[in-house]
Amino acid sequence: MNDGANNNNGGNRKLNINVLRFNPQEPGSVPRMQTYPIEEAHGMTLFMALKEIREKQDASLQFDFVCRAGICGSCGMMINGRPTLACRTLTRNLDSEITLAPLPVFELIGDLSVNTGKWLRGMSERLRTWVHMKEEEIDLRRTEARMEPELAEKIYELERCIECGCCVSGCGTARMREDFIGAVGLNKVARFKLDPRDRRTDEDYYEIVGDDDGVFGCMSLLGCHDVCPKDLPLSSQIAFLRRRMVKMGWR
Amino acid sequence: MKIIYTDVLVIGGGLAGLRLAIGAKRRGHDAIILSLVPPKRSHSSAAQGGMQASLANVIKGQGDNENVHFEDTVRGSDWGADQEVVRMFVNTAPKAVRELAAWGVPWSRVRKGDRDVIINGQKVTITERDEAHGLLAQRDFGGTKKWRTCYVSDGSGHAMLFTMSDRAIAEEIPVHERTEAIALIHDGGRCYGAIVRDLVTGELSAYVAKATAIASGGAGRLYRVTTNAVISEGIGTAIALETGIATLGNMEAVQFHPTPIFPAGILLTEGARGDGGLLRDVDGHRFMPDYEPEKKELASRDVVSRRMEEHIGKGKGVASRFGTHLWIDITLLGEHHIKHNLREVYEICHYFLGIDPVTEWVPVRPAQHYTMGGVRTNHTGESPTLKGLFSAGEAACWDMHGFNRLGGNSVAETVVAGMIVGEYIADFCDDSANDLKISTGLIQESLRQEQAKIDRLLSGAGTEDAAALMTQMQEVMTAKVGIFRTGKALEEAMAELEQLLVRSRNIGLRYKARGANPELVTAYRVQKMLKLALCVACGAYARTESRGAHFREDFPRRDDAQWLKRTLAIWKSETDTLPSLGYEPLDVMKMELPPGWRGYGAKDYIEHPDTPRRSAELEALKKQSNGVDRVRLQAMMMPYESLLPGRFRGRNEQIDEPITENL
Repeated sequence: MNDGANNNNGGNRKLNINVLRFNPQEPGSVPRMQTYPIEEAHGMTLFMALKEIREKQDASLQFDFVCRAGICGSCGMMINGRPTLACRTLTRNLDSEITLAPLPVFELIGDLSVNTGKWLRGMSERLRTWVHMKEEEIDLRRTEARMEPELAEKIYELERCIECGCCVSGCGTARMREDFIGAVGLNKVARFKLDPRDRRTDEDYYEIVGDDDGVFGCMSLLGCHDVCPKDLPLSSQIAFLRRRMVKMGWR
Repeated sequence: MKIIYTDVLVIGGGLAGLRLAIGAKRRGHDAIILSLVPPKRSHSSAAQGGMQASLANVIKGQGDNENVHFEDTVRGSDWGADQEVVRMFVNTAPKAVRELAAWGVPWSRVRKGDRDVIINGQKVTITERDEAHGLLAQRDFGGTKKWRTCYVSDGSGHAMLFTMSDRAIAEEIPVHERTEAIALIHDGGRCYGAIVRDLVTGELSAYVAKATAIASGGAGRLYRVTTNAVISEGIGTAIALETGIATLGNMEAVQFHPTPIFPAGILLTEGARGDGGLLRDVDGHRFMPDYEPEKKELASRDVVSRRMEEHIGKGKGVASRFGTHLWIDITLLGEHHIKHNLREVYEICHYFLGIDPVTEWVPVRPAQHYTMGGVRTNHTGESPTLKGLFSAGEAACWDMHGFNRLGGNSVAETVVAGMIVGEYIADFCDDSANDLKISTGLIQESLRQEQAKIDRLLSGAGTEDAAALMTQMQEVMTAKVGIFRTGKALEEAMAELEQLLVRSRNIGLRYKARGANPELVTAYRVQKMLKLALCVACGAYARTESRGAHFREDFPRRDDAQWLKRTLAIWKSETDTLPSLGYEPLDVMKMELPPGWRGYGAKDYIEHPDTPRRSAELEALKKQSNGVDRVRLQAMMMPYESLLPGRFRGRNEQIDEPITENL
């Protein structure tokens, strides 16, 4: 039995963490790369590395972490050019030169911190990402409505999205079309479409995603699918949704 | 001066805060939620395991009901809980889980027929009833008599939080993200809202509200090793303390979870043990049955954590580069179960440890996990001393957890308290006697004071390093106010923390920006967190007994005669360096379940003189009442239903207890 906490290859490399820095709040701030040399520690994640840099080298460095366990979706960033979660990226899986940049598409707050919250609230409001209940008041004393176990699992499979924004940053359309709702939005629509508790029909969904800012904007480059940290079946969900919406459009 | 008026100001955008705001909004009161982060990033999402509600759908839950949930929770609390509040909670939990089911949470469902499960290390086939097919499923958790924890595969907290957050968006409740309440506005024993800092621009604003609710979660970051998110720093709790009027209850009651991965402290869900995982030592020996023959790995968290540390103390831990740990073995659950029902566990092991739990054991060691204490409230969620201040969820000491919380009761509390306290906040706002009468002078003065504190940090000539003070505080708490406590270590901790507090008044910043400034944030937070840390250490030092998660090696017995009371901490003056402690007795003569043995853990305790009298009284009542059903009997023993808002009263239907009357 291996000691799981010890199975690295030594540690103690010298790492150079190169960060794209820019603080729009600060007059005179211009985008620039800054390099932070740091000694690798055993089991070091980018969360640990960045925290140490902020505590010991540069108190002004901005970034976002919350759960630091790959659950909350706060720490999406470009790691060597690829959008992913920094908290669960171990430095030992990277070269000693590491380049970090904020997620594109989202409004920049400063350095590695971007305003995913604002973008995603906008997406939720636009797509109305909640169950449109058949009756608003239910009798809470009564036994719950039944659902097939397989269906509950299928809904959860799509519900696993953590809204980290990586799919939007990895999306070609999102770079060209400001209002494109991205895989995150299309996955939500697929999730609610699947849910029998939601009374919306295909026509209702066509209203919100049946255009080039919705499902027809997708160019099937599948960047979203490749970068999704939760391995959501994004390409099949988008394809499924597109077929349903095409059918609606022809009617 | 920027002033924002609203009916209800909710501090914290996790499950409790969101549900509070929805409740108030549905009753016609405007609410604004302040959140450090986008609400879907809140720490509620980390509650992987599930939510306790006595639905009794699965066969292993048959016979479960509110009574059993009540007893499990009170025993779990080591009789520290407010039993009336526990009753309110257990009766509302089934309603809460059903409300969430209607709102869209994809709860895992019962499938009729046979399935294999692991119980006590053995594969067992159980058969689910046809009539349960499609209803919410329950799993086993520590400290419970029945399988009661409703769950969404491996992501219960995540699914609940997303549904709740989307519900709040549907109800058009604004969330002011990346804002932080740094002080409460109050005068003459009435709370009027908060002074709020924009974490991006640094601007201070006054949010003035009829009712203010603190739902900011726990304070795990007082400790170096914790499962809590980095935002769980207890600042909401601290600003209540800093009023000098609101009290904090039982801050010494801190839970340590048995199975965070070692050394990172990231939580492996209780589901890992609940579904049949075993704890093993350096020799591969399954040691829990040696200590806890009744419940084994599934005793309550405080007991399992202590037994693990005790076993390590006997030299049975596994030595590694970072210290000593034990193993959790879930290999017996099989690949399918691990990759489906415990996928989160699989991912965490894969990403953070580089190991495969399907074939390998996982290194674990107890770490700080939950803050039972918090802003003391009465059953309505309001502070008994500061009118208009409410609190719910982990931030509060509503007191359904006493000195130890059961797994699955935390997310359950967030939504249940959110529902109940939300109604009481709406009642409060409905009452014209609570209309706002506040002078702009008071608002201005509160703003000026907070601005001055920030200016002092930014421009002052302090010499102390904020991050270093934070680290030192966390070290002291972990080393001296942890799982095993002694008077000597606690005395040292108090002195060291007091020193750190004094030093924190002389912080100098290297980075002086007014806007986004992580160093400034650490500086004003560590000043507040040290006050909370002192409440924990002082409360623990004063409490010369062991109860639930509070364990004193020098006073190993629970002492009901002296300590059947709740600690109340208050910070009287800005210049104080220690909290003032008071106590609130728990009345045995009103308890439905008088103190006794928990069914696991230590069997000897010092009895309260009222206990035999109350027990006899209850026995007599049970005899007299022959024939009345369990709900009426309960009402004879400890009536509580009048404490619940009208909407949440009434029985909960089950397969075996159908409601026949027309509702």
